[in-house]
Amino acid sequence: MESVLISPAAATVAGIPTKIFSILIPVVGVAIFAYIMFRRIQPLVKAAPDERFCCIWTRIGLTIKIWLAQWRQPRYLLAGIIHILIFAGFIILGARSTQLVILGFSENFVLPGFSGNFGQFYNVLKDYAATWVLIACVIAAVRRGIFKPARYAVPPRYGKDHTAEAIFVLGLISTLILTESLFEASLVAAGTQKGLHAEFPAPLSLAWFFSHMLSGASQSSLQHTHLISYFIHDLTFFFFLCFLPLGKHFHVITSIFNVFFMRVEKGNVKPVRYGIPDERLDDLDSFGVKVFEDFTWKHMLDFYSCADCGRCSDRCPANAVGRPLSPRFISIKGRDYAFKHYPLIGGNGAEAKPLMGDLYDEDEIWSCTTCGACEQECPLGIEYIDKMVDLRRGMVDDGLVPQSLQKPLSALEKRGNPWGKMERKRADWTTALADGNRVKILEKGAVAETLYFVDSITSFDDRMQEIARCTAQILNAAEIDFGILGKTEKDSGHEARRFGEEMLYQDLRDQNTEAILNSGVQRIVTADPHAFNALKKDYSGLPPVEHISQTIVRQVRSGRIQLKSVEDPAKVYAYHDACYLGRHNNVYDAPRDAIDSIPGINRIEMTGNCRDRSFCCGGGGLMLFYEPEEEQRMGVLRVQMAQTSGANVIVTACPFCLVNIEDAIKVSGLEGQMEALDLTELITQHIITEDRGQRSEVSGRSNSSNSS
Amino acid sequence: MEILVCVKRVPDTAENEIEVNRDGSDIERDDLVYSVNEWDNYAVEEAIQIVDKVGGAVTVVSFGDEDSEEVVRREMAMGANNGILVSDDGFEGSDGKGIATILKSVVEKGNYDLILTGAQADDGAGQIGGMLAAMMDVPFASVVNFIEVVNDSQLKVGREIEGGNQEMNEIALPCVLSIQTGINEPRYVGIRGIRKVASVDIPVWGASDLGIDVSSVGESGAAVKRVDYFVPELGDGAEILEGSSEEIAAKLIDLLKAKGGIK
Repeated sequence: MESVLISPAAATVAGIPTKIFSILIPVVGVAIFAYIMFRRIQPLVKAAPDERFCCIWTRIGLTIKIWLAQWRQPRYLLAGIIHILIFAGFIILGARSTQLVILGFSENFVLPGFSGNFGQFYNVLKDYAATWVLIACVIAAVRRGIFKPARYAVPPRYGKDHTAEAIFVLGLISTLILTESLFEASLVAAGTQKGLHAEFPAPLSLAWFFSHMLSGASQSSLQHTHLISYFIHDLTFFFFLCFLPLGKHFHVITSIFNVFFMRVEKGNVKPVRYGIPDERLDDLDSFGVKVFEDFTWKHMLDFYSCADCGRCSDRCPANAVGRPLSPRFISIKGRDYAFKHYPLIGGNGAEAKPLMGDLYDEDEIWSCTTCGACEQECPLGIEYIDKMVDLRRGMVDDGLVPQSLQKPLSALEKRGNPWGKMERKRADWTTALADGNRVKILEKGAVAETLYFVDSITSFDDRMQEIARCTAQILNAAEIDFGILGKTEKDSGHEARRFGEEMLYQDLRDQNTEAILNSGVQRIVTADPHAFNALKKDYSGLPPVEHISQTIVRQVRSGRIQLKSVEDPAKVYAYHDACYLGRHNNVYDAPRDAIDSIPGINRIEMTGNCRDRSFCCGGGGLMLFYEPEEEQRMGVLRVQMAQTSGANVIVTACPFCLVNIEDAIKVSGLEGQMEALDLTELITQHIITEDRGQRSEVSGRSNSSNSS
Repeated sequence: MEILVCVKRVPDTAENEIEVNRDGSDIERDDLVYSVNEWDNYAVEEAIQIVDKVGGAVTVVSFGDEDSEEVVRREMAMGANNGILVSDDGFEGSDGKGIATILKSVVEKGNYDLILTGAQADDGAGQIGGMLAAMMDVPFASVVNFIEVVNDSQLKVGREIEGGNQEMNEIALPCVLSIQTGINEPRYVGIRGIRKVASVDIPVWGASDLGIDVSSVGESGAAVKRVDYFVPELGDGAEILEGSSEEIAAKLIDLLKAKGGIK
């Protein structure tokens, strides 16, 4: 097609062919970009190893879902839709921008595959994409600049506000869109004036409006518009490319990699150092993250990828109660550290300085309950739990452990439970079982098919022992041949590990693993999600593990457990998802199904704060001992959520949740209005025990070796 | 600064249920777990912090049976440079004066500027520090909760006074200080730290190494002898609340309300 306007590849300005500029701009732009990227990669090269090349198909799937399909974006609806529009526009217009760059020195260039029908379809699509991106940019700018959602605010202690950067980038994107449309519209208007058949822009698109606006313009002004818009586009495009790695918009480049390399398994914790097996850990000079270079390359990539969207902190329970932790700033501070110590010009990686007390504070890192709400929310697959654990490992190795945690850690080491209770009293809860109930203790040759792993809090805490007794009653009612380890059971070590005391965890794990394997059981059941997660995700080589809620559902379905109508139909029940049951193990439905199997029960959801958006009760295990700085308790907020949703009974399926929520009800002065009970207690209250005689006989026979 | 810290291995009161044995001579020790005496742990931390600031070395010494080696090792994992275990069958049954005598001979084998002890031990009488200072004829400050090194020959020390008051003193070196808890935040010693020092050789010094005549110490030399050990009878007006923690708390609140303690 003969062009009606002189293209940038053929034009001259003051005798100089503009082709020179349209070659020079990309060459210089790409060179600067390559240099910046080279410098940005430097810390990653010095980082700790990470193994992120397993399960390629899962990773490809996650990339398609979370990166390409922007799966997590609509969790924040308006921001999510705006982002999806801009993201889709970037993907679509990427091809057009590439074509434009090359058009600058190669007239009539068309990308391979973009001729013919697809090309025509693409031209319509990109006109509309440009239009919706511009609209999205305007909405985003108004939202950021005028409405200023609280989520983006930057508390002074964390650094400076980034609204200006956000709006500047929206301006760059808009400039790209406007110049691309003007470039095309000027060509169309010129063609129309000459009566030539021109491919008209898609109706009602931005280019379409521009071409109508320009229809009366002189040939020379159209020519100027055509060339000027081209070069503004070209310059903006390469400026933007080089600007991306300088701030929060780095995610435009890194996100696809960050999502591809994201966590594929949940509930687990990274090894102390990838490639070092447990038996060689003693050879390591240092544990965990103490200096920046101790982070793995993926964790550094996380820092680069953070878009500062604030979703993690918005869902973070520690942040909500005013603890000195905001996950977003774990990333932003990490990124700023990398930018500062690995600058674009000058020496790389100044002397390794301890992060603790400089970049991060001890209390900040101890404040995390590892609930996983941040990771669940992050649209970019950024991880926090492993970073917290690694930073804690570093603190433990340096002895930087608060006094409140030293006692329970020492007790775990000496007595196998954080309270320092006597080992031989671990099975004492069995002395107060309901009539007809027996619990075998798997020692001195006693065997059972199923192991009930009780764990420390349920074994020793006066109130939580009720969960153990109810669990035993449920297992008895289902005629399951079960037993407990008694004094050979140790704490699962779940929190010891997550609080950075890896070697203590490994000792506990080894003792438990040996005791469980020696007992010869074929399956394990527990009512403690932390133990459940530890046995499932941290331990290896054990028989299958189940949470009691799963057992209950199966036994109700098979008819072995029958439940009577709800005792008090006026009560409104809400189930509180335990982090280590829900988010970390995807067990959302079993506890709900178990509750719903009670005829006539009125169960509601804490809408907006349930399932994978559940709000942590305050944390389990060692977190019960930690004394955080906070304005209020997480449990208090959780009880308010339940009350707001209209519930008056909160059903938990975790002893730590029950402790925290019962305490929260008391400190909120809501005793009498709100109550909390464990799923096992609720089920036990409703078990039909008419055939108790027959059942007692069964349990009597299978429980000859009764407890002490 | 060369610092010697005296540490003791004691049954951990937080992690044991202490019961008196049948013949009333001691507590039931079969099922006990031990740790370093809490006050001593603060003393070691303080010594390490002083050495971090002004240089020198920290030596930890424990008097006891061979099991006491574990607390010496733990304090070395914490950061003490040297460890000594003082153990001899002839030392068994020593009273406070005997122990102080033995420790004095340990001090004389070294060249220490400062000697720290805990203010007291869970199972002790809080007497060793003062006796040791007197025997060595050096100054002594007890219940110290603040130390600042002024120069090579002087320290500034804070002492906790009954009623929550604080006093500040200047004390000449060498001296003995007994350390109160809360003077610092002792660092954590994890299993990994202990493993790192697992193979470090800890010398065991007996009577002959120290040149002590065992007849002057040990049971034969003891002028104080324990004659009985028991849980006191309930006195008038004393009451032990029983039940679960919650029941006890509820009863306590009722009692406090009844007696006008709370409204």
